[in-house]
Amino acid sequence: MEKVYRTHLLLCAGTGCVASGALNVRDALCAEIKQRDLADEIYVTTTGCNGFCAAGPLLVAYPDGIFYQKLTPADVPAFVDEYLVKGRVAKKHLFEPKKGAAPIPKLSDIGFFGHQVLVALRNRGLIDPDKIDEYIARDGYLGTAKALTEMEPQQIIDEILASGLRGRGGAGFPTGLKWRFAAEATGSPKYILCNADEGDPGAFMDRSILESDPHAVIEGMIIGAKAIGAHQGYVYVRAEYPLAIERLERAIQQAQDYGLLGEDILGSGYDMNIDLYFGAGAFVCGEETALMQSIEGRRGMPRQRPPFPAHQGLWGRPSVLNNVETFANVAQIIHRGAIWFSSLGTPKSTGTKVFALTGNVKNIGLIEVPMGTPLRTIVYDIGGGIPKKKKLKAVQVGGPSGGCIPEHMIDTPVDFESIPATGAIMGSGGLVVMDSGTCMVDVAKFFLEFTADESCGKCTPCREGTYQMLEILTRICHGKGQFEDIGTLEQLSRMIGASSLCGLGQTAPNPVLTTIRYFRDEYEEHINDKRCRAKTCKALLRFWVDPEMCRKCGLCVPACPVDAIKWEKKEVAEILLDKCTRCTSCYQACPFDAIE
Amino acid sequence: MAKLKVEDLKRIKESVKGTVNLRDGAARVKVTVHMGTCGIAAGARTVMNTLLREIESRQVQDVILTSSGCAGLCSHEPMITVEVKETAPVKYVKLDADKTKRIFTEHIMGGNAIVEYAFSIGSERTR
Repeated sequence: MEKVYRTHLLLCAGTGCVASGALNVRDALCAEIKQRDLADEIYVTTTGCNGFCAAGPLLVAYPDGIFYQKLTPADVPAFVDEYLVKGRVAKKHLFEPKKGAAPIPKLSDIGFFGHQVLVALRNRGLIDPDKIDEYIARDGYLGTAKALTEMEPQQIIDEILASGLRGRGGAGFPTGLKWRFAAEATGSPKYILCNADEGDPGAFMDRSILESDPHAVIEGMIIGAKAIGAHQGYVYVRAEYPLAIERLERAIQQAQDYGLLGEDILGSGYDMNIDLYFGAGAFVCGEETALMQSIEGRRGMPRQRPPFPAHQGLWGRPSVLNNVETFANVAQIIHRGAIWFSSLGTPKSTGTKVFALTGNVKNIGLIEVPMGTPLRTIVYDIGGGIPKKKKLKAVQVGGPSGGCIPEHMIDTPVDFESIPATGAIMGSGGLVVMDSGTCMVDVAKFFLEFTADESCGKCTPCREGTYQMLEILTRICHGKGQFEDIGTLEQLSRMIGASSLCGLGQTAPNPVLTTIRYFRDEYEEHINDKRCRAKTCKALLRFWVDPEMCRKCGLCVPACPVDAIKWEKKEVAEILLDKCTRCTSCYQACPFDAIE
Repeated sequence: MAKLKVEDLKRIKESVKGTVNLRDGAARVKVTVHMGTCGIAAGARTVMNTLLREIESRQVQDVILTSSGCAGLCSHEPMITVEVKETAPVKYVKLDADKTKRIFTEHIMGGNAIVEYAFSIGSERTR
């Protein structure tokens, strides 16, 4: 018989929270609860990533639905005393929306959570990912049951097509169409593959789904397998995701024990197995043909398409590769119907999208919003705006293949039509908010460093072109930019985009093209005036003290680590340029903005 | 482990429903045990445990149990408040294990408030 508790404490044990000490908090909680003799009343369990990583270690208490943040082992005794013994809300750990306003305890009332709609992440923080029964209790495997026992492969494909589901890995190709091509292809055996080689810097959507709801991905793969006639699946997952791998392996084992994987699944007569393959973390292996070569044991390099993987994929057999998030949507579409799914989002981009929200924004974390949600809602309502009273400058969407959308286009809806219209791409879901202290030339250089580094070297435009572009950008940031550099960058961008073999090279110039398009004046300032307004490009910095602004307080003196500031009481400070290392310490220390 | 059939999914779902219902907040009855210092001293923990064991042994899925602080009437502890969906909350006072069991059977499960144990109906006025 199931044991009943009055309160469930669901502690987030995603990678972010574990890193900030969630497991110590759990141990302290369990010890304290035991000591207070409350173990029969209070149930403590861990879940996958809750999404609000900036507030971790955190927990949600049910049935009250109260969100508690920033817990440490030292806080635990007082927390247990206040909340579990005395039954009062533990105010110390409530989320505080703004200074002065009353703390809001309820999860649904917090802007960060209130504007989100969870489909792919619907079980995050609600179930223990290591317990298949909890997944089943939330209608788990009903989609699989329906697909295997009631539907023909063609009906599954039609349902997915009708739902409008498009690939969440970035390109947005209709999933149903991909499945139809593979279903129609001749050749046997066929393979269904899951792309968990998440490589964009700062993005962790797929890791979080695998950590908090691995069975959702397994279900999507089983249904996809039936649709195309595959009996073997592979998950290509980064070896750097140990927790995701551990949970996925346990989930596969549990599904096998229950007969939800293996032979004769649910008595339907359909067989299906899933194995994991660990990637070593090469960015190019996120490209489908490179990924398949890597599974085959060869060096991960893309090849020319066609033939497309739907006809000649893994080991030359018909194969389908979908992203983790795409698979996580599939079972719910089958269970709840295409009409339900297509009612979310916009007519052409249905459903929701998961984003890793990061950068200069108050609430950093993992979010899921309906397609078509304006960037403004994401940055201000969910993200809580820009910290330190700074101004929004741009939002970088799509990672190294994406682009920067400037502040004046903040009402752009996020969907597969509107984002590419700005020159960025949807990408897999990286979303970096940038404030006025961000140098756009430096941002372009950062992403190009990444792609130049990760270029596999097979095709010349990508290998040599990204290197040349990086040289020019580095030159500009060092104050050695030349008049014609902007034009050369644009020309190189067009050539690399048009002639590269795979998506890595084709999209690599996007960060440069969008920053030139929207922030050309910053490039010109770097080249013509040798000035970096964001004070990022150190070679261009020449600090001096504005005598009219200086209040002679001397606060800049102790801030300087190299004694490069000359100052006497009641005198205007002076910066000795030959000693100055341009570390910006004095610039940040000055309360009167007198240092320029 | 026996291989599952489609019906088994529903069976598992039923058996864990209580856990998940608690987190969904979907419940027919909410029972609040007032567990201030006074309540605990007067025996609220016995009341809480009685309720937990009743829910467990009857395998009730739609009742959630929660605790709160002192209701302000320390001399009448232990107290509970029973809120059946769409009816006014009823406060019971001076409880023990036997009384609690009867309330569980007749009010929480049966829907009929027990007048002799009840202290008041409705909520306090707040503004």
